[in-house]
Amino acid sequence: MELWNSLELWQIVAIKVIFAFMMIGAVMTMAGYSVLAERKVSAWMQGRVGPNRTVLPFIEHIPVIGPFLKGLGVFQPLADGLKFLFKEEIVPGHVNKLYYYLAPIIALVPALTTMTVLPFGEFFTEAGDRIPLMLADLEVGILFILAVSSLGVYGIVLAGWSSNSKYPFLGGIRSSAQMISYELAMGLSLLPIFLWVSKPGIDVAALSLVEIVHSQDQSMWLVFVQPLSALIFMIALFAETNRLPFDMPESETDLVGGFHTEYGSFKFGIFFVAEYAHIVIGSAIFTTIFLGGWHFLPWMADPWPSTWIGSILGVVWFLTKTIGLIFFFIWVRWTLPRFRYDQVMSLGWTKLLPLALANLLFYVILVTWLDQPAS
Amino acid sequence: MAKTVVLERKPLSLSERTYLPQIATGLKTTFSNMFKKNVTLQYPEERPVIPQNYRGVPTLVKDPNNREKCVSCQLCEFVCPPKAIRITPGEVPEGEADREHVEKAPKEFEINMLRCIYCGYCQEVCPEEAIFLQQEYSSSGYSREEMINNKEKLYELGGVVPDKHYKWDKKKKAEQEGNSH
Repeated sequence: MELWNSLELWQIVAIKVIFAFMMIGAVMTMAGYSVLAERKVSAWMQGRVGPNRTVLPFIEHIPVIGPFLKGLGVFQPLADGLKFLFKEEIVPGHVNKLYYYLAPIIALVPALTTMTVLPFGEFFTEAGDRIPLMLADLEVGILFILAVSSLGVYGIVLAGWSSNSKYPFLGGIRSSAQMISYELAMGLSLLPIFLWVSKPGIDVAALSLVEIVHSQDQSMWLVFVQPLSALIFMIALFAETNRLPFDMPESETDLVGGFHTEYGSFKFGIFFVAEYAHIVIGSAIFTTIFLGGWHFLPWMADPWPSTWIGSILGVVWFLTKTIGLIFFFIWVRWTLPRFRYDQVMSLGWTKLLPLALANLLFYVILVTWLDQPAS
Repeated sequence: MAKTVVLERKPLSLSERTYLPQIATGLKTTFSNMFKKNVTLQYPEERPVIPQNYRGVPTLVKDPNNREKCVSCQLCEFVCPPKAIRITPGEVPEGEADREHVEKAPKEFEINMLRCIYCGYCQEVCPEEAIFLQQEYSSSGYSREEMINNKEKLYELGGVVPDKHYKWDKKKKAEQEGNSH
């Protein structure tokens, strides 16, 4: 941290702002390209080709690469984004204007705020210290993420209520109910992780995400240590990000489009990006907590050197895992049908919550027994 | 009367109630589907194979001697259920000595493709085998007028179809050999 101490305050702020913009750029790009991935993967799973027509004029003429990129639909997110931007802004007459405009913003902001405490790599100083790459190294990182990411539901609820029509309203109600049912299981599934990671004998257990990643260096990934916690967290994550099989607020077959039925053009685009940003951040969090973050493989030392090359490779490896998880999200979406609303509720309250509680109890007892000083 | 059998449903086992094995099976299915051949036809570049007996756009055809086959009997106009065909009868053009004043030919022949229902009755009813529903299936235009195929367009679409009968050749031969009819 002596690096920071040598700088003026405004320099620190400027650097942090630049980093923040870079991070937003990265996450938004990933969100945009996960939309493309969604379209492509769904197409492949259904025996289709997927978007393969959009191309920039000058790239089209590059011999081999041009047609290849065109076939992959690499420029499709650009076209999608521009389409949302240039569409006519329609505001239905029956909406509550203020909240109607506020809702998409409230949906997007928490998705982008959670990434501030997300570590995605590490930097090696010449002294041999490891400085985690993240915008803000909070001691209570995971608490912050749980708190802020739950705020995302306000965007959906607000959209449902302010639209002042029945389908968005039902979507909003479902969303809030689903949120309450799964938030509990999600929090409870994470507690055993922190029990496990914290060293015996310390007064305050660290809730830092960096600590969790470090604990998985050259040892087992936590997904193998606590598979049940990982499973519950994963299911809750699906519910939190409103992905199938839990996309209650949207359920396009029974609620038309759910909470965003009355939204169009760029406001809809923001909801869309927020949903995918949630998925990107959710995958990154799962990677950090359960899949060893930027560390190579379980029980193996990182094969890259402790220099800047190593940091870049670590970040790339972290991104690879995250992209793998995003693929898993998409894969599940195109495999499973939607749960019925009452099934979602009963799954959350009567299955997941008791399971998470039992899981917590089990690990409390186990950790207590393990941490007993040998006498 | 069909016998109704009520199937006894076995209660779900524990693994079935967790949904997880079923989810895994489903995931396997979708994953293996990713590597199967696509069924998409990339339309403007790739065209579907049109079967021989396809009923496409109705067209007028000429015989191998490049003569108009239609004699403007107007049977197709009568039979056409949506009244898409309109024929203005006329004379055989100058210069065809043996056909002149014997048969007629259409002066104008219009098929309104906005009305046509591709039923094929015109082809069926035509005594001269002059009208065929061929393999062309995509007709488009910017105005209603453009969608009315006139005689010129119909012959262009139709082309020449091999003829089994050679009506006029037979007639000429019979005439020369002194045995008309």
